[in-house]
Amino acid sequence: MTALTTARADRPRRADRPCRAVDEEPRGLVSPADWRRPIVWLGLRAGHAVLLALLLVWGIGPILLLAKFAVTPTQDILRTPLAVFPNGITWANLDAAWNDVEVSRYLLNTVWVAAGAWVSQVVVAATGGYVLSVLRPRWGRLLHAAVLATLFVPAVVLLVPLYLTVLDPPVGGSMINTFWGVWLPAGASAFNVVLVTRFFDSLPREVFEAAAVDGAGPFRMFWSVVLPMSRPILGVVSVFAVIAAWKDFLWPLLVLPDPDLQPLSVRLPTLQGSTDKGVLMAALAISTVIPIAVFLAFQRLFLRGAGLGGAVKG
Amino acid sequence: MSATDVQSAADVVPRGRSGPSPDGVAARPARPARRRRSPAEWVRRGGLSTVVLALPLLVIFGVFSWLPIGRAVVMSFQETNLLTAHWVGLDNFRAVLADPLLPVAVRNTAWFALLALVFGYPVPLVGAVLMSTLRRMRGLFSVLAYLPVVVPPVVAVLLWKFFYDPRPEGVFNEILGWVGLGPFPWLQDQTAAMPSLVLEATWAAAGGTVIIYLAALTSVPPELYDAAEVDGASIWGKIRHVTLPHLRGVLLITFILQIIGTAQVFLEPYLFTGGGPANATVTVLLLIYRYAFGQSLGSDYGMATALSLMLAVFLALLSIAWFRLTRNWSTS
Repeated sequence: MTALTTARADRPRRADRPCRAVDEEPRGLVSPADWRRPIVWLGLRAGHAVLLALLLVWGIGPILLLAKFAVTPTQDILRTPLAVFPNGITWANLDAAWNDVEVSRYLLNTVWVAAGAWVSQVVVAATGGYVLSVLRPRWGRLLHAAVLATLFVPAVVLLVPLYLTVLDPPVGGSMINTFWGVWLPAGASAFNVVLVTRFFDSLPREVFEAAAVDGAGPFRMFWSVVLPMSRPILGVVSVFAVIAAWKDFLWPLLVLPDPDLQPLSVRLPTLQGSTDKGVLMAALAISTVIPIAVFLAFQRLFLRGAGLGGAVKG
Repeated sequence: MSATDVQSAADVVPRGRSGPSPDGVAARPARPARRRRSPAEWVRRGGLSTVVLALPLLVIFGVFSWLPIGRAVVMSFQETNLLTAHWVGLDNFRAVLADPLLPVAVRNTAWFALLALVFGYPVPLVGAVLMSTLRRMRGLFSVLAYLPVVVPPVVAVLLWKFFYDPRPEGVFNEILGWVGLGPFPWLQDQTAAMPSLVLEATWAAAGGTVIIYLAALTSVPPELYDAAEVDGASIWGKIRHVTLPHLRGVLLITFILQIIGTAQVFLEPYLFTGGGPANATVTVLLLIYRYAFGQSLGSDYGMATALSLMLAVFLALLSIAWFRLTRNWSTS
């Protein structure tokens, strides 16, 4: 279980290996001596170049095509999808998608869904991780085991009973057609709790003891000591939460049958039959812009989080 | 600050994991009598605040995770509509097993999982190893590889559906036409439909796998490579004897996780083909969805949960078998 070691490994290592600055070559699979051999150098450089070309086609190609379609007249999209603007650019698609098809409203629903899911996940993960890792009550181990156990239950088992629970919860009325039906179940993410608990486990306990000696109660310690220290891990949880909510399709489809409340991802498939290609492509492009912008802005967080995902599951 | 204050404050930070708890994990803080603590003392020592802080997790997991899991087991033995429920024993399981679509769905899902392994398991590994030898621009490569993962899946499917346009003017058909291939019917053909879904699913997921491998690769201690170097190992030797054994754990895990994930594939068949043509892309999850929410068959929540339980049990057995099998594989 190498939970956070991969993420933090580079920090101390960089500090206690000043040699890196001297020989500049990071040691690894291919050593500096290997690099000096022409065959290795040529082979690897060629490999890297091919990889870069493939990645450009793979990673950006479809997205660029989508961006092009969004501003291409429908006739051109259908007749010559690969030609570069044979009849110029049109902004009518984007305008029609935003206003006539009301993508703006559904986008707002998506933002709203993601924001609530984010709050519920951060609150549950932060308080839960704090109790399990720092406060450690005697019933904590049982709780920890119960949370961990849900990691091993595939999502498919929950689909129908969770739907019926949201339809008729133990307290209160039906959550169908309310955002609560999406927000609250999102909080029950064992993965988040495990991530945060492991992170808190790795914090020096002296800090908590010192805070306790200074008279900080559990709430004070949570608010003034633990939360400020947990910013990196809460960043990872937040990124996961927002992106997952943005991507989700099946659950909002079930819980929000009212089209006025549906997020964009649920509305898009219903558009494909009724709108023309250009407008559909513009709508697809609009719903992709924000996640890509968020990703480019927080790449480090994303990539570290994705690596962490593998480490925790392992 | 008095001495007792310090004492109680220090108690806020309880003992370590191995701390004394002879009466086991089942001990409830609500039964302070065992330790001869009054409720007031329990509250003063932070017991109540702990419960309050645990409340979000307890409530959310209780209502939206533990309760539905228990309910799934119960419901699979019941005939349920929303108002009434009565026990029907194994009837739900019998009905599912008698469904002529089930073998089709199982076969399709297995085919999807197998194709996804063939497409999506070795290529990210090669890419990640190659990327780990980069001295500069590794960030750029990672971003490019990961970009498709952040595209919302619905967008990806609808976009690829257009790429799979079966006309000669379709995006993929035109590109393949440049080298004299096609046109292919893609999604409209019974045999080509499933590989088409898998190709899109691989596009959407491979970046995540690359990043996981890359994280594992950068955690290989460089000393191991130095040692192999001293022993005269070539680059291939180092890959075989240092890199791959070090990745072993991650590789075994991603293998089974990918199977568990692809066994629950829903979005691609639902949006691309709706299960067609001629049921060639009906998957187990699509069947579950149809039992529970499909209009044509009416809602049969019992059958849906019965099938999801069977799938879950199968996946659990598969994982156990996988870990049993691989535990003894040597690391060298």
